[in-house]
Amino acid sequence: MDAILLQLLNGLDKGSAYALIALGLTLIFGTLGVVNFAHGALFMIGAFVAVTFSKLMEISKVVLDPEKVDFLGNPAKIKTPYVIEWFGEFGEWMIDYTIPIAVLLSIPIMIIIGVVMERGLIRLFYNRPHADQILVTFGLAIVLQEIIKISFGSESIPVNVPAAFVGPVDVGAFFGLDFSIFYPYWRLIYIGFSVIVLAAVFSFLRFTTFGMVVRAGMADRETVGLLGINIDKRFTIMFGVAAAVAGLAGAMYAGVNKPVFHMGMDFLVLSFVVVVVGGMGSLPGAVLAGFMLGILEAFASMPLIKDAIAAVGLPSIDQIIIYLVAVIVLLVRPRGLMGKAGVMED
Amino acid sequence: MNVMKDRMTLLIFAAVVLAAPLLFAPTGAAYPDLLQRFAIYGIFAIGFNILFGLTGYLSFGHAAFLGVGSYAAMWMFKLLSMNIIPALILSVIVAGLFSLVIGYISLRRSGIYFSILTLAFAEMSYKLAYSVLTPITNGETGLQLDLADSRIMDAPIAEGTLPSTNLFGFEMKEVFWNPTILGYDLQFNYGFYVCAALLILSFYISMRIFRSPFGLMLRAVKTNQTRLNYTGIASRPYTLAAFVISGMFAGLAGGLLATMDPSVGAERMQWTVGGEVVLMVVLGGSGTLIGPVLGAVFIRYFNSVLSQINEQTLHGWFAFGPDWLTNAMVFIVEPFVGKGWELTLGALFMIVVIFLPGGLVDGAKRIGRKLSGADRRAAKVGIA
Repeated sequence: MDAILLQLLNGLDKGSAYALIALGLTLIFGTLGVVNFAHGALFMIGAFVAVTFSKLMEISKVVLDPEKVDFLGNPAKIKTPYVIEWFGEFGEWMIDYTIPIAVLLSIPIMIIIGVVMERGLIRLFYNRPHADQILVTFGLAIVLQEIIKISFGSESIPVNVPAAFVGPVDVGAFFGLDFSIFYPYWRLIYIGFSVIVLAAVFSFLRFTTFGMVVRAGMADRETVGLLGINIDKRFTIMFGVAAAVAGLAGAMYAGVNKPVFHMGMDFLVLSFVVVVVGGMGSLPGAVLAGFMLGILEAFASMPLIKDAIAAVGLPSIDQIIIYLVAVIVLLVRPRGLMGKAGVMED
Repeated sequence: MNVMKDRMTLLIFAAVVLAAPLLFAPTGAAYPDLLQRFAIYGIFAIGFNILFGLTGYLSFGHAAFLGVGSYAAMWMFKLLSMNIIPALILSVIVAGLFSLVIGYISLRRSGIYFSILTLAFAEMSYKLAYSVLTPITNGETGLQLDLADSRIMDAPIAEGTLPSTNLFGFEMKEVFWNPTILGYDLQFNYGFYVCAALLILSFYISMRIFRSPFGLMLRAVKTNQTRLNYTGIASRPYTLAAFVISGMFAGLAGGLLATMDPSVGAERMQWTVGGEVVLMVVLGGSGTLIGPVLGAVFIRYFNSVLSQINEQTLHGWFAFGPDWLTNAMVFIVEPFVGKGWELTLGALFMIVVIFLPGGLVDGAKRIGRKLSGADRRAAKVGIA
């Protein structure tokens, strides 16, 4: 039982990142009809917002220690980060809470990046074939990835999570179960965070006038335009929102895994698979498929299930289960779990 | 007339390819290893162009066929003989079968779904090669030659030395002529000429496909598949044929890579490798005959040349001006060379996609028209 619950948590954890990225992809696709191969790169940039911020926090004033010497006999150095010198305790708090602050910071940064990207580049490609859209965003993904590689190096860079959330936490006790399941605290926070972001995006689309117009535009862009609404402007903003969702997911993810320049490309393929399984253009589908595939992947790598599969004589499939599911879904139910027929068929 | 023109193109192409060790000497790229890679990736790109250039189906999964070709060739080297002929034949066949299966499934969808399906298949093959198929692929370590391999057709070899790939006794990496022409130290090796011959053959095949009714049908798929279907023609057999042909070309390229360096790891099947061939074809000019080869040479050349440039070299280049200017220029250029050459590649690729959808070939044609004034003449005719 506890093993199953543990895998469920693992699955939710993986799934929450997939769901957030896939949600952004679907938003862009549903509004602008563009397949954004650079979306993984946006996720990666979000993570590097957190890296940059933590580096900024670490900039220290160095003074020589009058008493201590290091092993070479030189005077030892005392480093005091400037934020601590300036703000005292608040500075310490800022260093501790690097990631949450970076998450907040990433929202405006990513919205700007998203809007610039749409206005400066994607806009030129609305009347071009889908293949061209894929190609140019693929090129952009390479460029963004390489810029990060040049600026931050090719090693992965650790970012500290707040001290209060370090280490594992007993989930079993938390839910009042009679056995204990230890799970990394920050990953749990990540699951909760993604649920909040997803809820926020959905309520934004559901309960605001702006969201209503956007949904109307997704259903029938032309008519909304004929009603005298500047739908292009709203779609541009939605592109910014989608970029922000990816950036948030990335900044928060910096505490789960060490950010590295190719993390975007690693997530890209998977998030595309999630989007097509969920159904191109369907927001709930993307979220559902994200969590489902995450859980599926987690369970497929469970020792018990691996043994069972091996016992039947099949090769282990935990590495490829997601792709296998994607292929089957695309062939059996081409529109995905919740997609409409005829989207992007040509 | 057209036939004559094509023959001329083929002749010129063959002449340029065969003279490559001489022609590339001034560019510093004339060492056998790199030239061989030019030819191999040229074949890969020519094959990919038959699918993408003609039908417009954008596959991100061709790395899988490259990898499968390499693995197949390696097994021939291990089991049968170090002669490259059986290895290449098997790599083409296996890649062909593999692409038949993947193509049959992927081509049931079109557009973006096709791209994602091929992407999923490529990642699946990559992961399989890493994990489950370890008995065949040797997993993370990669497949290498071993002294204990059976090689039933070969004569026993000397103790303790690994055999090298050969074509009926001519060793692939052996340099058979090492002259000094015009001050350049040239190296002619068998390996390059094997690859060159196959490149010319591939070019010829691709030319024949472009000019054939089959090629015309593929172009019709790209132009308007719906209309083609409405006229009562099933387009899928044509696209599947194109897919398998391009998969076989990729397999041949993979086999040739194995003949050059008899070892193969799973990373050859990663989807980013398939992305690179997309870059080559688009950069050179998709849908053109010579474009893919140009793109392949271009990317491979800059891969080896730009990535070698370091700060020292740059200081040498910009030494003509005052110090501050030199430093400024070095500062600006440095991120784009050396380790950052991929940034240049990505940026260049974006520029080509945005402004020059026909690739380098299209760019050259436009410049050619400008120079000869054909634009103005065409405009005059238009007015008249």
